[in-house]
Amino acid sequence: MTAAASPHRAGAPLWHFLEHQYRRYRSTWTATIVTSIANPLFFLLAIGFGLGSQVDTSSLPTDDYVSFVGPGVLAATAMLQGGGLSLWPTMAALKWEGTYQAVLATPLTPTELATGHILWIGFRSVVSGSLFLAVLALFGIVSSVGALATPFVAGLTAMAFAAPLSAYAATRESDETFSLIMRVILTPLFLFSGAFFPVEQLPDGIEWISRLVPVWHGVELCRHLVNGTGGPATLVGHVLAISVPIVIGWAIACRTFAGRLAS
Amino acid sequence: MREGLGSAIEARSLTKHFGSFVAVDGVDFEVRSGETFSFLGPNGAGKSSTMKMVSTVSPVTSGTLRVFGLDPVADGRAIRQRLGVVPQEDTLDTELTVRENLVIYARYFGASWSAARTKADELLDFAQLTERADAKVDPLSGGMKRRLTIARALVNDPHLVLLDEPTTGLDPQARHLLWERLYRLKEQGVTLLLTTHYMDEAEQLADRLVIMDQGRIVAEGTPAGLIERHVTKEVLELRFGGRSADGPALERPDLTPFGFHSENLPDRVLVYADDGDAALVAIRNGGVTPTGSLVRRSGLEDVFLALTGRSLVES
Repeated sequence: MTAAASPHRAGAPLWHFLEHQYRRYRSTWTATIVTSIANPLFFLLAIGFGLGSQVDTSSLPTDDYVSFVGPGVLAATAMLQGGGLSLWPTMAALKWEGTYQAVLATPLTPTELATGHILWIGFRSVVSGSLFLAVLALFGIVSSVGALATPFVAGLTAMAFAAPLSAYAATRESDETFSLIMRVILTPLFLFSGAFFPVEQLPDGIEWISRLVPVWHGVELCRHLVNGTGGPATLVGHVLAISVPIVIGWAIACRTFAGRLAS
Repeated sequence: MREGLGSAIEARSLTKHFGSFVAVDGVDFEVRSGETFSFLGPNGAGKSSTMKMVSTVSPVTSGTLRVFGLDPVADGRAIRQRLGVVPQEDTLDTELTVRENLVIYARYFGASWSAARTKADELLDFAQLTERADAKVDPLSGGMKRRLTIARALVNDPHLVLLDEPTTGLDPQARHLLWERLYRLKEQGVTLLLTTHYMDEAEQLADRLVIMDQGRIVAEGTPAGLIERHVTKEVLELRFGGRSADGPALERPDLTPFGFHSENLPDRVLVYADDGDAALVAIRNGGVTPTGSLVRRSGLEDVFLALTGRSLVES
């Protein structure tokens, strides 16, 4: 038996999925862009400059507090965005609205769907990260051309959480645990990510945990890139550490998405 | 022109389990190219599970299934390229406009942007939604959403369209409009596979149908053939007095001496007779006086009742 020739180039259905998401995004993007600029603006004014004026910078690796906290929060915000864009939207698309069931009646496969879903969240955080970086530049905080890579670090950091959380959300029947995950897991990680103070100041056990979580690697990476510090080995090490949960989460999401869509 | 003879779908001992639950229990059927084939049965009969296997999203537990001669597991992508799917629930994208729902969907099948837009305009016309093309989906009526869902299933000029309960929840006028559109597709030679628990829908549209119950096929044939084989030409419906809402049904007179086959339903008695009026006269002459009577042609509902002893649509 011969299969009918598929008119598709490799990766074409995945591309069409991203195109679809982009069309959806276009109808609401003005609101999200205002948020993506206003949030870092207020953060830098209140925490960076306001609270920062009261901070003793002698134990910080940067000259002033705002150069320390700015790039850190860029990465930590990407984690929160990754969580928000993976939990409820996954449930909406797979269960409440069935839009993922609908696209599965096209040549798209469940694996391509899960891949596109995670990549799209990464793209959203690259956009937010770029706007955040623009605000940092506006305040003269950026001192290295490497800063241009920070939006991509934001994208990776978002995916490091979005991949496993989407895989998890696909297995749930309701969203009752989602707020809890945001409040009990992601919010503490945001506060203890090293974005606001060096994790060395935490008790040893907690410091160790902080270093295991991908958001700390994102925070460190962004800080190095913006301030022009950190050698190539350090930078590559951080990228690899963020990539591990992306790959594992993606592999699981491919399975849980397929399982949910087949039932 | 579409393909001529040959089968669009072939199923042999097709079975689907969900854990220990047997949703589809070894069914055999063949859908020929160009015909409209229907699965008729109550909720939970296994119709939707069968559809999901044909649409390649749900793997077959055992038995064989071929769609366009291809294996849904190995060649899912190639099958979906030529398939249109109208799911039971509308799964339209509410973030997009009516037209965008069609254009974006057509892109997945490899259409260029200009081809996708041309196709969308053609289908908006077919679905009688041209005037709402730039509206969002949410404010559309139930009938309009269904027509858009059907239009979306046609963006790739499918050879086979799967329709899962296409008119459930629609008002009579919207149903008739939808049936008329489905007729048009049929005339164009598109193969339609339709599930329904409405016997009038199956009678209106299907060339052939199978009656499903509890995961099995209990009868197969044309609507007229099934009626002829399993029930009489006419049905006499008799009512005997009132019935309190929660109390037991009032006692019914025994109709067996008249020699008719009859079924006791909660609100009425069905008497199967080739001449309903003559049967009514005979029963009245026999001293039984119903409070109400109606003679009608038999339908698939009666076939289902005769085969399973239960009503198709639970009231």
